[in-house]
Amino acid sequence: MVSKPPLVEARDLTKIYPPRGSTAEFRAVDGIDFALARGESFGLLGPNGAGKSTTMRMIAATSPISGGSLRVLGMDPMKQGPEIRARLGVVTQDDHLDNELTVRENLHIYGRYFGLPRAVIRDRATRLLDFAQLQEKAGDPVETLSGGMRRRLTIARSLINEPDILLLDEPTTGLDPQARHILWDRLFQLKQEGVTLILTTHYMDEAEQLCDRLIVVDHGRIVAQGSPRDLITRYATREVLELRFRLDERDTAAEKLRTSVLATGGTDTDGRVEMLPDRVLVYTADGEAALGAVHAMSLTPLTALVRRATLEDVFLKLTGRSLIE
Amino acid sequence: MLRAFGYWVTRYRRTWRGSIVINVLNPLLFLIGIGAGLGALVDDNAPAQIAGVSYAAFFAPGMLAAAAMQNAFLEGSAGVARAASFGAYRSATPTPLAPEQLAAGHLLFITFRLLIASGAFIAVMAAFGLVGGWWALGALLGATLTGVAFAAPAAAWAVGVRKLRHIDTVFRFVIMPFYMFSGTFFAVSQLPEWIRPVSYLLPLWHGVELCRTLSLGTATVAGSSVHIAYLLALAIGGFLVARVTYRRRLHP
Repeated sequence: MVSKPPLVEARDLTKIYPPRGSTAEFRAVDGIDFALARGESFGLLGPNGAGKSTTMRMIAATSPISGGSLRVLGMDPMKQGPEIRARLGVVTQDDHLDNELTVRENLHIYGRYFGLPRAVIRDRATRLLDFAQLQEKAGDPVETLSGGMRRRLTIARSLINEPDILLLDEPTTGLDPQARHILWDRLFQLKQEGVTLILTTHYMDEAEQLCDRLIVVDHGRIVAQGSPRDLITRYATREVLELRFRLDERDTAAEKLRTSVLATGGTDTDGRVEMLPDRVLVYTADGEAALGAVHAMSLTPLTALVRRATLEDVFLKLTGRSLIE
Repeated sequence: MLRAFGYWVTRYRRTWRGSIVINVLNPLLFLIGIGAGLGALVDDNAPAQIAGVSYAAFFAPGMLAAAAMQNAFLEGSAGVARAASFGAYRSATPTPLAPEQLAAGHLLFITFRLLIASGAFIAVMAAFGLVGGWWALGALLGATLTGVAFAAPAAAWAVGVRKLRHIDTVFRFVIMPFYMFSGTFFAVSQLPEWIRPVSYLLPLWHGVELCRTLSLGTATVAGSSVHIAYLLALAIGGFLVARVTYRRRLHP
């Protein structure tokens, strides 16, 4: 079997923004390595300011790299920017749609930027409006669309050049749950059709649903990578027990738990107790058994919930912080 | 460049009717109000004081150049800053178009708008009998060049502007004084002697002189060449700087 070159390959990739006015020099991306194969869905996970968007911009050939090397579709983004951009689809954090133009005109203008013939744009626009479930809105000005519709239009727009890779920077941030689910459904369909997705997110459920592989970034560096399941197995336990205590009881309960067998592991070597401002998380293989142990310590939590570990827990373990602060 | 130009034309197609009405109405009001109204007063009290023509014939080409400056500056600054912050440039940046092409396409569109607005202005002047024949075509090109000489440097600067009120400030303290000291409403020779050299350095003065001599039919090859060279230098220099500043802003 001939191994194909990766679609995107970064080695020691670095981005330093020069000082501007009163702001000092800023190292947004600090030496990251990754490779992305065709058909793979790849996620960059991290809190705000971790360097996700900057990494995306460098891949999209709209921000020059400061150090290391980067190849996108086998090309050098510093020298072949326009050629690379011609084969990418990009969904930026802000929509940047033209409010004064209609839905269809927005697609048309965008297609023209890629130099596509009008007839081709017309065909694809019709298909993409179907895909984005915006057929009935085709002739309406964009300013009349809801937030979810705008996002779907932005994604449809980014597909007008039938890209090899689709880059999505926080595709569902700011949407209500229903709109997010519709969007995920659309993105999942694209993934099924073999489109390679690269997305940044700080939503764990999004990453779990859409990404085959993740890198977790913090302060411009990679702190872990692997498949979502992989990361959870490696950095979290099978189950998590979430406890809430009465305010006056909280500190003593926390102290008891911290020094208990639940925190040191006992039979379960991965055992760990994490104190958050509003609740206590007990990491364990068996949530029910752990809850039994809590009751045995004669602690009485207000609420107790046993759930599966998620990427949120992975992130907490890796950085000591929660993702959405 | 033409793809970027195409975007602005698509937008313009929605608003061109209103915009043409303004293009015609604006000079009409100015020529009636200042040309005929104030002009009657000037001509009665100080006949043949300036350039030996009626005040309206003197004033109209000055206003033509100044209007081109104002339109070009606003489109080249506020229009560009908006496109760079949340508008067309943002949506075009991920496409194959390079920042330099976005600059060129937008400036081409501004040039096109200047041709239309100046054309409407000159048509109104012709209706008042203030210009005619081939000289009108010369004045049209002169006014358009005057505008571009402002639009290109304005765009080069404004693409990096993040606060739109900075544009207001420049408009008030740089562009408005140009009106006063560039011979728009009166000849520079009527100003105190010490201030005149400043006027001769102002780009609008070159634009006004170019348009006025062309519309009055008194243009000389030597004089016009100097004005054209000065304005072209600003336009080309502005574009060259814009190539750099556009890239810096759009590909950070």
